[in-house]
Amino acid sequence: MDSRKKTMLLKEKIIKNCMCFCAFFLAGLLVFIIVVILAKGLPALQLSMLVQTPKGGFYTGGEGGILNAIAGSLCIAVGATVIAFFIGIPIVLFINVHAKKHSILAGGIRFTFNVLWGIPSIVYGAFGFTCMVFLGLKASLLAGIMVIALIEIPILARAVDEVLQHVPAELSSAAAGLGATNGEVAWKVIIRQVTPGIITAVLLAFSRGIGDAAAVLFTAGFSDYLPESLLQPVATLPLAIFFQLGSPFPRVQNRAYASALVLTIMVLLISVAARYFSKKLSRHRIENI
Amino acid sequence: MRNIRLIKNEIGVLIMKTLAGGIVLLLVVMGIGLFLRSRGLVSSRSIGELLFATQWRPSRGEFAYFAFIVGTLEVTVYALIPAVPFALCTAIYLSEYANKRTLAFFKSIIDILASIPSVIFGLWGVLVIVPLVKQSEAFFTGGMGTGYSLLSAALVLAVMILPFIIHIILAVLQSISLSLREAALSLGATQWQTIKKVVLRRALPGIIAACGLGLARAFGETMAVMMVAGNIAQLPLSPFEPVYTLPALIANNYGEMFSIPLYDSALMFAAFILFVVVLFFNVISWLVLNRVKRRV
Amino acid sequence: MTNSSHINVRNLSVFYNNTPALENISVTVPDKKITVIIGPSGCGKSTLLRSFNRLLETDAGVRLTGEVFVDTEDIYRPGVEPTHIRKKMGLLAQKPCPLPMSIFDNVAFGPRIHGKRNRTHLQAIVRYYLKQASLWEEVKNRLHEPASSLSIGQQQRLCLARGLAVRPEIILGDEPTSALDPHSSRRIEEKFLQLKNKYTIILVTHILRQARRLADYVVFLYCGKLIEHGPVDEVFNHPRQKLTKEYISGTVS
Repeated sequence: MDSRKKTMLLKEKIIKNCMCFCAFFLAGLLVFIIVVILAKGLPALQLSMLVQTPKGGFYTGGEGGILNAIAGSLCIAVGATVIAFFIGIPIVLFINVHAKKHSILAGGIRFTFNVLWGIPSIVYGAFGFTCMVFLGLKASLLAGIMVIALIEIPILARAVDEVLQHVPAELSSAAAGLGATNGEVAWKVIIRQVTPGIITAVLLAFSRGIGDAAAVLFTAGFSDYLPESLLQPVATLPLAIFFQLGSPFPRVQNRAYASALVLTIMVLLISVAARYFSKKLSRHRIENI
Repeated sequence: MRNIRLIKNEIGVLIMKTLAGGIVLLLVVMGIGLFLRSRGLVSSRSIGELLFATQWRPSRGEFAYFAFIVGTLEVTVYALIPAVPFALCTAIYLSEYANKRTLAFFKSIIDILASIPSVIFGLWGVLVIVPLVKQSEAFFTGGMGTGYSLLSAALVLAVMILPFIIHIILAVLQSISLSLREAALSLGATQWQTIKKVVLRRALPGIIAACGLGLARAFGETMAVMMVAGNIAQLPLSPFEPVYTLPALIANNYGEMFSIPLYDSALMFAAFILFVVVLFFNVISWLVLNRVKRRV
Repeated sequence: MTNSSHINVRNLSVFYNNTPALENISVTVPDKKITVIIGPSGCGKSTLLRSFNRLLETDAGVRLTGEVFVDTEDIYRPGVEPTHIRKKMGLLAQKPCPLPMSIFDNVAFGPRIHGKRNRTHLQAIVRYYLKQASLWEEVKNRLHEPASSLSIGQQQRLCLARGLAVRPEIILGDEPTSALDPHSSRRIEEKFLQLKNKYTIILVTHILRQARRLADYVVFLYCGKLIEHGPVDEVFNHPRQKLTKEYISGTVS
């Protein structure tokens, strides 16, 4: 009896340790990836890269920097996130406050968001491209913003929806009981409760916006200049990395590593910012007692 | 007399409903749009020929997607094979064994990993995985491949979809009520027995749905795969050989789309195939996940 | 005894997904008195209360037949705006639910949405109603701190101030003291006794002693049916129904 119990306890311990190992291996992977990017990118990173646009012969080893790509990515991401915010938030507030919970309408919209979330960005890019051809638009900042906005809407909406579903029902009741309309309950009360969640969702979507390459491939084109007008093609950081990497010149390849480091740092900073702001802005939140 | 607050409310509701309708319409329009753009090709070839033949020579007007479809499938499945068990173990550890602080810590790790852009994974793959595969090939089979292969793509893809699958399985596990576990434990079951016989059994449909979603996500992944897969249209005989996926096909060739007749329809048709496959897996998986949520 | 009624319920039935929660209730609630609804848990007391301010219909699967007259107006007649009705009623819920804003903004929320914008005016309103709820002294120096920083007893008084600030005619209380400690409970009860001269008050409670302390009029519900109703003295001391007698004496729960 005793030895059987011992083997059982041993088995339990081994299993637990295996699973624990998996989790820590995952963390290790993340650290490893960041370290590799850092190791290759840091030596090649120079300030001149960050503040200059490509000069002649940049892709064959000439002078210049990736400011065009950084600025382009930021423009696209900001524009797209703003659009995604003003389309996604009303819809999600609608299905959580105005529509009855568990109604078919709410369920259908949620389902649509879930499905849209899973569609790969290359398909969005191809679709964006067909629209562009249809409307006679050329590859441009505007087209890039619109396609990235389409990608960001489900991301933003799903994240905010998740937070909204955890809002205690009594809060809506309390506000409605004071004679507030549904709109007032949604925009004056519920939004304040979920402000940290919204910030996190916005930053999550923004992060996707700067990092996506496949969708901007078709739609934003590429350019060596800073973004000047909505109708001109614009450079993006992921594509800049990709193009530089494909060059046979080691100097350009090193710049690719540095550019990758810049992109990675931007994404990590956004992640940290999301955590920081969500803590800071939860002053007025009410917690479930 | 309707006061202005109520009018504002009604206008707001109207706007919200319109936006919501637009979003649903988007899905439909996407499918239709892609299909229409690919009509040029589809109308002049039979479906069987398109999907099951293997010749891809655009300049000769030969378009057949079999190699790409199989290539994408192989990369996806080979990625899921290591990813799913790993994700399952991690999710089980986080939901059943870890304490609150550990859980919060790992959730951050997963979120950060999930937000790393595809190009960065691709770059990492080029720097780390490709040389590794090249050396493994030399070591195990004496082959002289470049390392840009099915295996590299699968490994990079596996790392990319890990956080995604973990997140979904974790949500499913956490949604199973505590009282179920307590009931088993109070009958004398050990923790692992409880997990194996009670929790996992309940969570099984959800776990399968997570795999479905992971498959869909992996299927459509473009940049990272493109950077390490070798991009040669063939049916790979060994994992060390290069492979060409549908997304990579589209991304690599969009520049020449208009220079060869029917090439643009061909690429749009590739996008349409992607759309249909991903849609299919997404719809099924979400239907299953919704049922799982409702049962709990 | 002048028995002008404020609320008149006629043949009210409420169904949750076709399961009856209230069956054919007809009762009148007298004006400017405290009416207490008693009965065992889950027998429809809260449902009846929430049917008065039309919060019931926000739940999924609810179906309602019958009429509820407030001041001779059937509030369920098609075309009546729920927000208008809800302004007439102030609801104090079981679990105090402060809004996610400062103490000041909580009380000012109601007046603000109903049109008051003037800063000095709002300050006066907030002060007045916080005094009415006996909370002013404790919070006057920290009006702009989050409402969630108050103790639970203070939060309930805040909810009372907030509810009074929309100038209702009727105050509804859904087991308003059950989450509070005895001291805070007593303060809320004293408040109700003070307020009854200006407002009609309807309370739901499962504490018989509290009903005895506060009520002028009692309504006894059991399993969704109205068993007995009348002045407190009659129902508690000379109940007509056997079930009432058993419930009050504690044999049935």
